[in-house]
Amino acid sequence: MPFVKTTREVSDQQPQIVNMENSEKTDVVLLACGSFNPVTNMHLRLFELAKDYLNGTGKYRVIKGIISPVGDAYKKKGLISAHHRVIMAELATKNSEWVEVDTWESLQKDWVETAEVLRYHQKKLEAGSCHQQDSPVREKPGRKRKWAEQSQQFNQKKSLEPNIKDVPQVKLLCGTDILESFGVPHLWKSEDITKIVGDYGLICVTRAGNDAQKFIYESDVLWKHQNNIHLVNEWITNDISSTKIRRALRRGQSIRYLVPELVREYIEKHNLYNSESEERNAGVSLAPLQRNIADAKL
Amino acid sequence: MRAYKRCGCTALLLEPGTVHALPALPETLLGQGRVATAVGVDVPDKMKTRIPVVLLACGSFNPITNMHLRLFEVARDHLHQTGMYQVVQGIISPVNDKYRKKDLAAAQHRVAMVRLALQTSDWIRVDPWESEQAQWMETVKVLRHHHSELLSSLSQTEGPDHSGSVSLERAAVPELKLLCGADVLKTFQTPNLWKDEHIQEIVEKFGVVCVGRVGHDAKGYISASPILQRYQHNIHLAREPVPNEISATYIRQALGQGRSVKYLLPDAVISYIKDHNLYTRDSSWKGESTQHNAGERKAPRAMPETSHSSKGEAR
Repeated sequence: MPFVKTTREVSDQQPQIVNMENSEKTDVVLLACGSFNPVTNMHLRLFELAKDYLNGTGKYRVIKGIISPVGDAYKKKGLISAHHRVIMAELATKNSEWVEVDTWESLQKDWVETAEVLRYHQKKLEAGSCHQQDSPVREKPGRKRKWAEQSQQFNQKKSLEPNIKDVPQVKLLCGTDILESFGVPHLWKSEDITKIVGDYGLICVTRAGNDAQKFIYESDVLWKHQNNIHLVNEWITNDISSTKIRRALRRGQSIRYLVPELVREYIEKHNLYNSESEERNAGVSLAPLQRNIADAKL
Repeated sequence: MRAYKRCGCTALLLEPGTVHALPALPETLLGQGRVATAVGVDVPDKMKTRIPVVLLACGSFNPITNMHLRLFEVARDHLHQTGMYQVVQGIISPVNDKYRKKDLAAAQHRVAMVRLALQTSDWIRVDPWESEQAQWMETVKVLRHHHSELLSSLSQTEGPDHSGSVSLERAAVPELKLLCGADVLKTFQTPNLWKDEHIQEIVEKFGVVCVGRVGHDAKGYISASPILQRYQHNIHLAREPVPNEISATYIRQALGQGRSVKYLLPDAVISYIKDHNLYTRDSSWKGESTQHNAGERKAPRAMPETSHSSKGEAR
């Protein structure tokens, strides 16, 4: 098996804790893209696990989590309207202090590639903090800025104050399924994969650390950017997939304690999932497949 | 000829126009008059002749987790699907402090946390009786206690009938069944952990609903035990469609290390744990439980802690 750097070791013990001042840490925003059809406790756990892990390295400070439900134009089988999926995600994060829902992606008319969503959010963060910046050397989005010298000056003045000049970095939060989906033909553009792991970074919460490591090893692109791919181990088998939730609902089985109570009530009230809803987009080609295959023909 | 129906909850004959035969049954028994079914379950007419069931889960609940709560939901769905049963109530019975398990938080806290966790449930309740006794007691005794409680609460409300013209059937006593995970079934095999006569009484007189767990072969455990095999008709194996292996041990470790446990147990329980400083690194090393555990170990506590708290004599 290939080596794995300590900082990415699949372990729930904290690897070497780097003792950094807050101002030297990289602020991170975790972005999770997906159907959220519906959102489940497992999705929410991903955020918690990823945050604990990154904060635990001592190099990062996770400041926000974003759930970005995919638009209806994705055309996945069984995908119900974005309107409902957004509301459920909002209900699910109502009691979260740091995870929120963003509707930009779901509001677009056409399906948006994940790399684009990352880019959108990164730009948004930069725009948010740019009025606080001097004219820095504009590096590529996502790269850690070389604020070392400036940081030290700030440290001397107010050591506890976070460095407001640092722009937070957006990283893609996902499960192993996404990592492995990189291998599905035509599902992802190879340049997008490169952007995601090269410019932004991936936090992959996985039950089977070895499989994920193997997958990274077997991919040249992923291997090249492995420093930007963080594998977080999920010790609890928490297989609450939305597919199973929908199946349980169709069979009249309880989904209590698998999804937030407010989400469960909402689903019940609006009778969102049934045999009919599961047939939506049946026979329709998934948007990325359609687009990538068409592009390949050009 | 007056058309009599059967109450969907208690399977009692009802006079037309009445919802329940007995005017003031304890709320706990009937869940405020609502038929406990999962959403969307087709309730056929057969439902009205179903045997009412109460599910009892014993365990440390140290702390209670979403997985414990799932046991009830899965068990209920399973029994309903057989067409033979109607689950009318669920009871969580946290073990007594005298069980002396390592890191066992005080019963008052464990009970309070269960109560918080059940705020959103309309059919499951917590019963502190076991935890309030002077000593630890075997599972079968807890079952016996709750069974006699069910009997006495029904006979209390049986009084003169309403109309005098037709006497109501004697109230059907719900069947009290032990709810547990497959890991508990396995512990029946451990020598000296359970008394054989207790195992027999549990499966013969009461019955068990056993929810599957990853890595456990419930059918195998049954085949390996003559007693269990003999009463296998009284052991219901429910399959959990959504594997969700949240262990209380993991929860305690995570809390001790300052890691998040959000979405693994109800928010209200997490707040309680924080407010009362439970399961911190310090409290797990605090003398009391470990000191008392040092030295003599009696058979029922010899079971090493496994991840699922809803066990029998191994809690």
